[in-house]
Amino acid sequence: MTGLLSLTTFAPMIGVAVLLAVRAIQGDGPKTDGLARWIALATTLVTFALSIVLVLQFDANNPGFQFVEDVAWFAGLHYRMGVDGISVLFVLLTAFLLPICVIASWKSIDKRVVEYFIAFLVLETLVIGVFCALDLVLFYLFFEGGLVPMFLIIGIWGGKRRVYAAYKFFLYTLLGSVLMLAAILSMIGIAGTSSIPDLMVFKFAPWLQTWLWLAFFASFAVKMPMWPVHTWLPDAHVEAPTAGSVILAGILLKMGGYGFMRFSLPMFPNASEMFQPLVFAMSAIAVVYTSLIAFRQTDIKKLIAYSSVAHMGFVTMGIFSGNTVGEQGALYQMISHGVISGALFLCVGVVYDRMHTREIAFYGGLTQRMPWYAAVFLLFTMGNVGLPGTSGFVGEILTMTGVYQASTWTALVAATGVILSAVYALTLYRRVMFGEITNPELMTITDLDKRELLIFVPLIIATLVLGIYPNLVFNLTASSVDGLVGAWRAAVGG
Amino acid sequence: MDIIVTLIVFAPLLAAAIAGLSGRRIGDIASQAITTGALILACGLSWYTFSQWTWGHMEAFTVNLLPFIHVGDFVSNWAIRIDALSCVMLIVVTTVSMLVHVYSWGYMAEDPDKPRFFAYLSLFTFAMLALVTAADFMQLFFGWEGVGLASYLLIGFWYKKPSASAAAIKAFVVNRVGDFGFALGIMTVFWAFGSVQFAEIFPQMAQGATRTWAFAGYTFPLVDIACFLLFIGAMGKSAQFFLHTWLPDAMEGPTPVSALIHAATMVTAGVYMLCLLSPMFEYAPVAKNIVTVIGAITALFAATVGLTQNDIKRVIAYSTCSQLGYMFFAVGIGAYQAAMFHLFTHAFFKALLFLGAGSVIHGMHHEQDMRNYGGLAKYMKWTFATMMVGTIAITGLGIPNLHLGFAGFYSKDTIIEAAFAGGQHNGFSMFAFYIGLLVAGLTAFYSWRLAFFTFNGHARWGNEAHGHDAHGHDDHAAQDDHGHGHDHKPHESPWVMLVPLIALSIGAVFAGFFFVEYFVGHHQEEFWRGAIFNAPTNHVLHEAHEVPEWVKWSPLVVSVLGLLGAAYVYLLKEGLGAKLAARNGPLYVFFYNKWFFDELYQATFVRLAKFLGDLFWKGGDQKIIDGLGPDGVSAVSYEIGRRTGKLQTGYVYHYAFVMLLGVASLLLFALIKFR
Repeated sequence: MTGLLSLTTFAPMIGVAVLLAVRAIQGDGPKTDGLARWIALATTLVTFALSIVLVLQFDANNPGFQFVEDVAWFAGLHYRMGVDGISVLFVLLTAFLLPICVIASWKSIDKRVVEYFIAFLVLETLVIGVFCALDLVLFYLFFEGGLVPMFLIIGIWGGKRRVYAAYKFFLYTLLGSVLMLAAILSMIGIAGTSSIPDLMVFKFAPWLQTWLWLAFFASFAVKMPMWPVHTWLPDAHVEAPTAGSVILAGILLKMGGYGFMRFSLPMFPNASEMFQPLVFAMSAIAVVYTSLIAFRQTDIKKLIAYSSVAHMGFVTMGIFSGNTVGEQGALYQMISHGVISGALFLCVGVVYDRMHTREIAFYGGLTQRMPWYAAVFLLFTMGNVGLPGTSGFVGEILTMTGVYQASTWTALVAATGVILSAVYALTLYRRVMFGEITNPELMTITDLDKRELLIFVPLIIATLVLGIYPNLVFNLTASSVDGLVGAWRAAVGG
Repeated sequence: MDIIVTLIVFAPLLAAAIAGLSGRRIGDIASQAITTGALILACGLSWYTFSQWTWGHMEAFTVNLLPFIHVGDFVSNWAIRIDALSCVMLIVVTTVSMLVHVYSWGYMAEDPDKPRFFAYLSLFTFAMLALVTAADFMQLFFGWEGVGLASYLLIGFWYKKPSASAAAIKAFVVNRVGDFGFALGIMTVFWAFGSVQFAEIFPQMAQGATRTWAFAGYTFPLVDIACFLLFIGAMGKSAQFFLHTWLPDAMEGPTPVSALIHAATMVTAGVYMLCLLSPMFEYAPVAKNIVTVIGAITALFAATVGLTQNDIKRVIAYSTCSQLGYMFFAVGIGAYQAAMFHLFTHAFFKALLFLGAGSVIHGMHHEQDMRNYGGLAKYMKWTFATMMVGTIAITGLGIPNLHLGFAGFYSKDTIIEAAFAGGQHNGFSMFAFYIGLLVAGLTAFYSWRLAFFTFNGHARWGNEAHGHDAHGHDDHAAQDDHGHGHDHKPHESPWVMLVPLIALSIGAVFAGFFFVEYFVGHHQEEFWRGAIFNAPTNHVLHEAHEVPEWVKWSPLVVSVLGLLGAAYVYLLKEGLGAKLAARNGPLYVFFYNKWFFDELYQATFVRLAKFLGDLFWKGGDQKIIDGLGPDGVSAVSYEIGRRTGKLQTGYVYHYAFVMLLGVASLLLFALIKFR
């Protein structure tokens, strides 16, 4: 079914058009705001439905790109879109999280509501575009373009230090973007094509691969983020509105991992092999270093942000493990983290909306007043800890198993993350949820309402289903990942 | 049979889900009835399955339920594996769990959160059943961590108590340290043997025994390394030396939980795993020796600490730790059958002791300090009688030549005799034998001390002098404001609590006598039917029956000595114990403070983690990375901006604009390039 991919990608833009039209007709006001929420929700739900159709139509046995659209654009540029088993998953994840973000923002956003939802819908289009683009220029447009709405979401609807956070976010990404841009330009110059499928089989000279790999690495490492270019993330998360954090952790970080799988591994296989120790070292450090930092945080969101960095450490090491188990594990870890960390940020949002503080010390004893919240938060805490039965476990054990073969030392260091994650996550849970309520302000705090339950139910289902029956995903990704690993092995002669 | 075993495993899960999710709606009684009913069903079906295995003609089989993880060679399935080992565990788990469910009707009667409690209990039972019926390492690990979660939830059940939630975290984290080794062990096995399925791994062992593995410049025997790593997991779960510190603290949980999880079932999972992996351990001589030594040291360590504790639950907790040590060194010397037998008998008498202690605590209005007990026998006749049975069982009284005794007699003596037999050609086994013998004496001393201190002598609870100081209270008082006055007299517990005690007493008396021939005796091979593997060179169990006469009698002699010692200190010269304690001799202080492990770990690991966390955060992230990175750039660009104009305005929109500019220039370039 041609066109389905473009339809999915640009469906949110239709919502944007409707939003603009409504505002043009009605002008600003609470009535428009109320309508804007429903329009945004409807749009994201339709997009989600389209992404499900996409997955259902997807042929899991075909390792190549599907739903390919190739239209000569203008001036020699091509509009090329397509998905394989890897990217189709991210499309689904994005479309799955967006309606949740809209519902999560229902009450907490009350200024510039129309613009807010426009930013989110534009972001959705651009992010889905990133995962579908099969042309380097198109990819870059989506990739960099996606930063702008994210940037605005933090900068306009963020917290007190939003300018500092947005600035930091910008500075880091700028560095990566400039280098990646340079690399893209030279790749087009050398290969004479900007088609990603063509570039994946184009053999760059090894010395050139080194430089190109480094340039792409600069961009993707910042996005992941990898140690030591991770310090923008905690600040960005702390300042971002709840839904912004969900998108940031759930999807934007995955653009880095996706980039490694789509570009670094297939296009620069020799360089990937050469830099494997570097990635392993940075990943292993990330796991231990950020886990220990997370343990010492006093701000709930910062703690979860640091734990995200630690979890992304598993992803990067898995991607560069060079074997199927590690690769699948990394992919799975990304999807799982998208769900679980998104849910954790929503959990923070629940108490933040009520008390307007994220200080851990402010809370304590919430279980007494909020039993349902306690159960939900516990489930996602356990997912974060990687308890078997939740999706968090599958990704962690597979990445470690994959890395174990490539570098036992790395797996050994990373495995300490299993201990450390329990330390920080359970300490957080204890300090917020257990004990007597000592803060008088908490005496009247209320449990989850229906809207909040509605947000969490799909995430709970996803966490458990993915934890108990992960083959649902592996069936989809197997042939594409096998192809990726096979090509890499062939290129490096392993 | 497929349906029956599936029901056994999933009935508790279903009940847990109902009680946990709709407990508030359906009410306390319904929640309790559903969970208890599910357990009665599971228990009945388990005994049926076990009888089919033992006396029927059932063979080992596996029910495949659902694929779990299929990635390349990494193939794991959700399954129910039925063989001798899992049959034994099924009846142990469901029987104790069922009795604990029943008992909790009485014990938790005053608690406002009953549905949650029963849901957790049933959830635990499900996880434990998933563990014992696993056919591959992944499901084993699922159950392993699942019981850890349930343990965490139940230790921290009274979440308002800071000590309870601290103990819960400690249990989870220490177990995670073990799981760190466990996970690495699984990875080693996978890369070495290309599978995580037991049925595919075990047949490869005979060839695998000679394989080596180079790491960090050394060459290790592969199977030894794998077994050692897996053993670390077992050490965590079964509270073995170094990773034992969580178990005593776990007594913060309600007493039925201590009986079920921290005595009879979960903590024995490590022993079960090692027996299950006997085809691997039989080819890992070094790992086996390590298991022997750690087991023996644990047995000794825990017993010495148990001698000095005053909290009734803590004494039993250390006793559990010590008995687990016996089971481990039994595995280490190759007597897996004896380890499983002790696991089996121990489940009955230790659950009995814990539930008995719970009954005492209940009758004493949540007082746990034995110094405030005394003379309770006449107030709680049934509790006293059943506790006596438990005490006789754990101290292993019985007459060797007649082969007649209580449950512990059969299993513990088999282990000690096997250690002696193994000691003929292995020094570590001989070490374990002497330690085991010594600990038998210590066990008798602390067990009888507990009994005499609690039930005999003068009542020490009449006066108001007893302090509410540091010792822990297993109290609901913190949870509900149903405060008991201390003027109440001790009272016997309700029948709903006494019936489980009586049932367990029957097990504590007859479990050994009745099953000894199957587990370790003449019928052992036809009973186990390959579920436990003994290498062709391993005859330790057979030789255990032919040890010299003095070896057979020695456990009884030391036990009686221990009994007499306890009787002297706590009955004849009542008050001598307190005097000895007050003297604060160095050995007493050392034992009383649990060999200072908590202090040691606090001073090293906990402090190090905090220090490094702060160092990385404030030094690494803030000073170095941010200082040289964004903040440094910001300072520099601010300087430049101040001089050159207003480029650096600090407004978000400007950055966004710059970003768009970059995108636009790319477009421009591409346009020119492709034209």
